[in-house]
Amino acid sequence: MEIIQTDIAIVGAGGAGLRAAIALAEMDPKLRIALVSKVYPMRSHTCAAEGGAAGVIKSDDSLDLHFNDTVGGGDWLSDQDAVEYFINEAPKELIQLEHWGCPWSREPNGSVAVRPFGGMKIKRTWFAADKSGFHILHTLFQTSLKYPSIQRFDEFFATDLLVDDGRCQGFTALEIRTGQMKQFQAKAVIIAAGGAGRMFPFTTNGAIKTGDGMALAYRAGAPLKDMEFVQYHPTGLPNNGILLTEGCRGEGGILLNKDGRRYLQDYGMGPETPVGQPVLKTMELGPRDRLSQSFWHEQQKGNTVSTRWGDCVLLDMRHLGEKKINERLPLVRDLCISYLGMDPVKEPIPIRPVVHYMMGGIHTDINAATPLPGLFAAGECACVSINGANRLGSNSLTELLVFGRKAAMSALAYMQSGLSTAKDAALAAQAKDSESRIQALFDQPAGQETINGLRQEMMHTMEQGAGIYRTGEGLAATCDKIAELRQRYVGISINDKSRVYNTDLMQALELGSLLDCAEAVAVGARDRKESRGAHQRLDFTARDDQNLLKHSLAYYHPKEPPRIDYLDVVITKSQPGVRDYSGAKK
Amino acid sequence: MSERQIELEVLRYDPEKDSAPRFQTYSVPCLNEWVVLDALNYVKENLDTTLSYRWSCHMAVCGSCGMMINGEPKLACKAFIHEYSDKIRVEPLAHFPIERDLVTVIEDFIGKLSSVKPYLIPKDDKPISAGEFKQTPAELIKFKQYTLCINCMLCYAACPQYGLVPEFVGPAAIALAHRYNQDSRDGGRDARQEVVASNEGVWECSFVGACSEVCPKHVDPAGALQQVKVASTIDWYKEHLMPWVKK
Ligand SMILES: Cc1cc2nc3c(=O)[nH]c(=O)nc-3n(C[C@H](O)[C@H](O)[C@H](O)COP(=O)(O)OP(=O)(O)OC[C@H]3O[C@@H](n4cnc5c(N)ncnc54)[C@H](O)[C@@H]3O)c2cc1C
Ligand code: SF4
Ligand code: FES
Repeated sequence: MEIIQTDIAIVGAGGAGLRAAIALAEMDPKLRIALVSKVYPMRSHTCAAEGGAAGVIKSDDSLDLHFNDTVGGGDWLSDQDAVEYFINEAPKELIQLEHWGCPWSREPNGSVAVRPFGGMKIKRTWFAADKSGFHILHTLFQTSLKYPSIQRFDEFFATDLLVDDGRCQGFTALEIRTGQMKQFQAKAVIIAAGGAGRMFPFTTNGAIKTGDGMALAYRAGAPLKDMEFVQYHPTGLPNNGILLTEGCRGEGGILLNKDGRRYLQDYGMGPETPVGQPVLKTMELGPRDRLSQSFWHEQQKGNTVSTRWGDCVLLDMRHLGEKKINERLPLVRDLCISYLGMDPVKEPIPIRPVVHYMMGGIHTDINAATPLPGLFAAGECACVSINGANRLGSNSLTELLVFGRKAAMSALAYMQSGLSTAKDAALAAQAKDSESRIQALFDQPAGQETINGLRQEMMHTMEQGAGIYRTGEGLAATCDKIAELRQRYVGISINDKSRVYNTDLMQALELGSLLDCAEAVAVGARDRKESRGAHQRLDFTARDDQNLLKHSLAYYHPKEPPRIDYLDVVITKSQPGVRDYSGAKK
Repeated sequence: MSERQIELEVLRYDPEKDSAPRFQTYSVPCLNEWVVLDALNYVKENLDTTLSYRWSCHMAVCGSCGMMINGEPKLACKAFIHEYSDKIRVEPLAHFPIERDLVTVIEDFIGKLSSVKPYLIPKDDKPISAGEFKQTPAELIKFKQYTLCINCMLCYAACPQYGLVPEFVGPAAIALAHRYNQDSRDGGRDARQEVVASNEGVWECSFVGACSEVCPKHVDPAGALQQVKVASTIDWYKEHLMPWVKK
């Protein structure tokens, strides 16, 4: 097996991975950096983010306000030291992107424009029309081309971490084009492999968001943190889950039920604000978890509109007018017309909540370091945790930058701290095992199970038991089902026996990652007997700060469900309070 | 929901088994609102797991799913079934070598993109602490359109010149160079001219305009090429006829 010798290897070339690579190249041009990704960098799902990235820049804003919005929005499950670091670094990172050429939207005087976003008290979301993530990703990718020391391995699929002498020393990855396994040897590894929304049937996440990075770390012994917190975005297109950015509401779009009522006022987010004049942190600009939960209640009451794609509510943007929609929300208009055949300039658009983002992920400390020495993580696959129980829209793109860079700094410091000599034979033996595991998928005779069959059952049980509202009973059933699917997964085989660009094989591996992550979600949710942020239990409706102001940590077991442990939340200056999104006293 | 049976004729090629590409036909029950990518996914999930193609976002932004659909370069996730008859032919993007089935080898394109120095080469240096560079909306508009390229390569598949002269740097890469040249913060045009204004650069373009017609993001690479040509011609005149005038 070919061994690729590097200093620091990064799994994932989305926003977080690219930012980390650039930081490393800038800190030390002599470093050998391997940037490994299962897709070409610009295909990474960061490209799909529409709304924008939060960072304090305007004079009416302050770091404290951003802190309070983030911590309150996260229902006090965020680590406040990490949040503090994050909000301090955020403006610098966004300006850095500006210096690299990111085409941020501008004010008439040439300064960067900001837009309102749900759960934020002040306008602080930097945006590039409604293609913010796309522009961030391409700016980073193009900038990365400046640095010859960033060696890219595009279309390489990482399969297993190599851990010896108590530290992570690289990983194995399949070269997709040839089907050959390569051994990446590194002094430190950064995982930046994105989210895992594909465990649910209805999601804004692209096909590549299959939790591979989380599974890599988890199987190697690093725990997954707070996996039970899954964010639904309140406004997805009902037929295929395509997202309509929160910017729609930020710009003044309103949500209506079948009677034309702005129903959010009935769920503690009123009183009604004037149409087209959105008021921050109330009504349509309430936080995502509350909005998605209100949909569920309206559906229970029979107040939703029934469409051929199921129950929906309506997002009305007509009053914004064609000019503003074209200027601020061109992609939204295009998506509605293309995929739904409806024009937001002329008619309200049916929408429903859709799985969007994993607050949980690989457990890291404030330095983006995991408990496994030599292993670092950043971006959606990591849980640092700034997002707590509910991420505020537009904090995540900024998080990629801040903690992508932090992971690079920490990995470099670790590498320079004096490491034991690598034992080549031990690493080679592990790499060989990893290769055999893949070979077994080729050799296994065709059986009853199909990849698609198992995947459908997984998505179904996740939606049934671990959706917007959960119960102990439903979650227990989902846990059992996932455990069963994990067992049945052992029997799968692949039909495609070719070595060249074998997507059958990749889907099999991705399903394995998703099942491991799904089990951590379901078990974490079953054991969290409270309601907090995005985790809502019908059988435990209150938040329980007495016992559960804690992060959950799921530890992998190859055959059994994960062991769940708990870790105290870091509180520095904001004691848990009430999340108030009514407009009454503002 | 109306459903229609579509004959999907897909190019198949596995270099380990096949001496030449062949076609395989699948009968797919399609919903009217589907795109061709949905039909391919139906095949992959229900009929034939060995079919290989690239896709991710399903919303025309990641640029993965470019392919020839009834002979035209299209994004499979933006090619609507209702715009086609009951028989649809799907092939890999033209002008790129086939790797496997609908997957092409795109290294040539990636290399060209990198060759034009597609990053900001700042006119003025400024530390982060000094804040952002100012750029008015009018200055932004000058290059905004050229930032919208998703690197889907449909324009390369449509470009007759790239088909004939593979060395041609091509539409998307030149449009990207133009994007940075037009950015009020940038001072790197001279550095980019070396590649852009070379024989394999703009001068290869015969201005057929097919690239702009197929571009799913309205980047108008043909317009960019034309502007670069005009600017490079002016450079040439300045250098050769009026050497005393500085560029
Ligand atoms: C539709 C949508 C809209 C959004 N809008 C916003 C917004 O407006 N504001 C905001 O702040 N956030 C938004 N988000 C969230 C945010 O975009 C994501 O959380 C973020 O982009 C994730 O970036 P990442 O770098 O962690 O991962 P990604 O960009 O997903 O990249 C993951 C990388 O890992 C690689 N990878 C994965 N598995 C493997 C493997 N096995 N081997 C090798 N490589 C691998 C992939 O190839 C890819 O390069 C949005 C998300 C979605 C889905
Ligand atoms: S210019 Fe248009 S067609 Fe060409 S790669 Fe870019 S988006 Fe695709
Ligand atoms: S799947 Fe992303 S562009 Fe078609």
